[in-house]
Amino acid sequence: MEAYLDNSATTRCSERAAAVMTELLCGGYGNPSSLHNKGKEAEDAIRKARGQIAATMKIDGKELIFTSGGTESNNLALLGGALANQRQGKHIVTTEIEHPSVQAPLDVLESLGYEITRLPVDADGILSLEELRQALRPDTVLVSIMMVNNEIGAVEPIAEAAAVIHEANPDTLFHVDAIQAYGKYRIYPKKLGIDLLSVSGHKIHAPKGVGFLYVRDRVKVKPTVYGGGQQKGMRSGTENVPGIAALGTAAEEAYEDFDDKIAHLYALKERFIAGVANIPGVTVNGKTGRDSAPHIVSVTAEDVRSEVLLHSLEEYGIYVSAGSACSSNKPAPSRTLLAIGMEKRRLECTVRVSFSVHTTEAEVDYAVEKLGEIVPFRRRFTRK
Amino acid sequence: MYRSFLIKYAEIAIKGKNRYLFEDALVRQIDLALRKAEGEFSVRREQGRIYVDVQSERFDYDETVAALQCVFGIVGICPVVLVEDAGFDRLAEDVISYLKRAYPGQAFSFKVNARRARKNYPMESMEINAALGERILAAFPGTRVDVHSPEVMLHVEIRNQINIYSVVIPGPGGMPVGTNGKAMLLLSGGIDSPVAGYMIAKRGVTIDAVYFHAPPYTSERAKQKVVDLAGIVARYAGPIDLHVVNFTDIQLYIYEQCPHEELTIIMRRYMMKLAEHFAKERGCLGLITGESIGQVASQTMQSLAATNEVCTLPVYRPLIGFDKQEIVGISERIHAYETSILPYEDCCTIFVAKHPVTKPSLHVIRNDERKLAEKIDALVQEAIDTVEVIHIEP
Repeated sequence: MEAYLDNSATTRCSERAAAVMTELLCGGYGNPSSLHNKGKEAEDAIRKARGQIAATMKIDGKELIFTSGGTESNNLALLGGALANQRQGKHIVTTEIEHPSVQAPLDVLESLGYEITRLPVDADGILSLEELRQALRPDTVLVSIMMVNNEIGAVEPIAEAAAVIHEANPDTLFHVDAIQAYGKYRIYPKKLGIDLLSVSGHKIHAPKGVGFLYVRDRVKVKPTVYGGGQQKGMRSGTENVPGIAALGTAAEEAYEDFDDKIAHLYALKERFIAGVANIPGVTVNGKTGRDSAPHIVSVTAEDVRSEVLLHSLEEYGIYVSAGSACSSNKPAPSRTLLAIGMEKRRLECTVRVSFSVHTTEAEVDYAVEKLGEIVPFRRRFTRK
Repeated sequence: MYRSFLIKYAEIAIKGKNRYLFEDALVRQIDLALRKAEGEFSVRREQGRIYVDVQSERFDYDETVAALQCVFGIVGICPVVLVEDAGFDRLAEDVISYLKRAYPGQAFSFKVNARRARKNYPMESMEINAALGERILAAFPGTRVDVHSPEVMLHVEIRNQINIYSVVIPGPGGMPVGTNGKAMLLLSGGIDSPVAGYMIAKRGVTIDAVYFHAPPYTSERAKQKVVDLAGIVARYAGPIDLHVVNFTDIQLYIYEQCPHEELTIIMRRYMMKLAEHFAKERGCLGLITGESIGQVASQTMQSLAATNEVCTLPVYRPLIGFDKQEIVGISERIHAYETSILPYEDCCTIFVAKHPVTKPSLHVIRNDERKLAEKIDALVQEAIDTVEVIHIEP
């Protein structure tokens, strides 16, 4: 039996999305910038995808910039948003638990003279709205907060944060990294007060190499890629037509029978948490109820290094992620786990389990059963 | 401009009656190595020299030189222009045309070094030197003669054809692989063992390798790294059969039965035993390790003695007297370093005591190994039975 429980890393491409993609790779392979009909066909495919995605977010399809994925979307939002609105100021607010694709461009901005305030989070990974309020200044150009944390599934109070930001400073842009949230929540940026929002295709059963940035109408962003002026100059380069079309299809699919799918994910999560509760030494980190993401569980198996646990599970065809990689010469402790105050001993023994709509109860049971065998065995071997 | 390379080899030229064996091996290794370079080549032996001739219209000069630089036994690679003997005037023209192309700046100090291997040539070496020097000075006013440290040492060798060359690219030296038996290299993902393999291969030794894999404590990616390192050694040493031995159960058993501070020594003893098993199976005449005295706890004189004791085959330790920095230098030169330092998960530290013994007593170690009596033979046999052999081509 195989149990792929690493859906926050990437997901299997949906068959519908793959079929759309194949047709555009081999049939409608025109360049959307070409003037002939073959080009028009490709352009139509992109228009359709815009419509499909726009419908899931109640936005205008024109407010989407297609990118190569989540990392580029975050880079474009932060670098492009900050550089285009320098007159507003050079202060940016974010949290300590953002994904590296948010942290790294902010580090670049910091080196260019921007001031970055990184807000701490509580033991569940949730930021404090009061601390956010206090951090905001007249020269705050941008606030970037992730909606769902990729390591522990913490859900940040995005709507409340938007209200706090806009009350303090109506000109401050609010960027939301929704890479782990899109497809799991109904996200309506206009109602929530979000200006910029990043999404990655391969987290929602679209292929790798495609994503988008939502840029609210009238929000200015400076492009980060220059060239032939495609996508109104916001993102040059021949569009990844097959990827974009597949993303449109996958987005549409994600929100079909939406409530049932989310209920299924929560049921899996609860089943898993109840299952591992009986294994000595195993604990679940952060919130675990319906106020946490439906698809992510962070698990600590005391005295079992996360990589050892990961590779032990792999021997049974069970795939999870290591919270932090213990490498021979490059230890990289997880910033999220550090931020929630986890001690090093436990941090090194933490793995992430993440589900998708394709995950079955049998797979969850299988993983729980194997964890029950592996953890007590591996705990016998620790460094002395 | 070059269509041929003159291959210089030193050590093998003195091997007496076995000389042809060494030359055959060198030609074979050159042939093999040139498969990596774009172009078609033939290798020929003539009057105690080896030439590589380009047969195809297109060939990649840099790739050709790089391939030849991996062949042990070669001390120098000389891109050479070969011309027919059509009188001295014609030779002078050829030399000038060669210099024009090889040194477009046309301002250099030079010395002509003629050699008359074919004694029926009408001029003597010294005469050729003088006459050619005059012609060169006349053709290139920017040049001057410097017999002590010339920028260009122009070799003109009168053989069946006349050889004109002035560039000698250093080769790796050593002896052609295949002239000196076979040995089993204990290969890890680190810096030392690939260098050790390289150094023994340099003496003409064919290499097989063994790697101890400990899933889930070491990952598939750690194994991939070892496969990649074996590939780097194979560029010089030729094809390698890499034996991947699953060592986990042995490791866990030792962990549970023996004192923690002796784990490393006892594990290494079993690694040596297993390596020797595969070595004998493959007809190897020795083991190779990357050990260097005192580098870590398991490489003190006492520890080396303790691990050495389990083997009957000789254990070759070419790095034994090297400092780390010297080893790193060779690793960089053979292009293994970047791969060796790649990070990969290695949770084997669980099996490394915080304070391992540095002066193990054989008596104590043997005594503690008795605690393994119940299962160890079966576990060793299982490791032997489940070995995975990966054939690695250069």
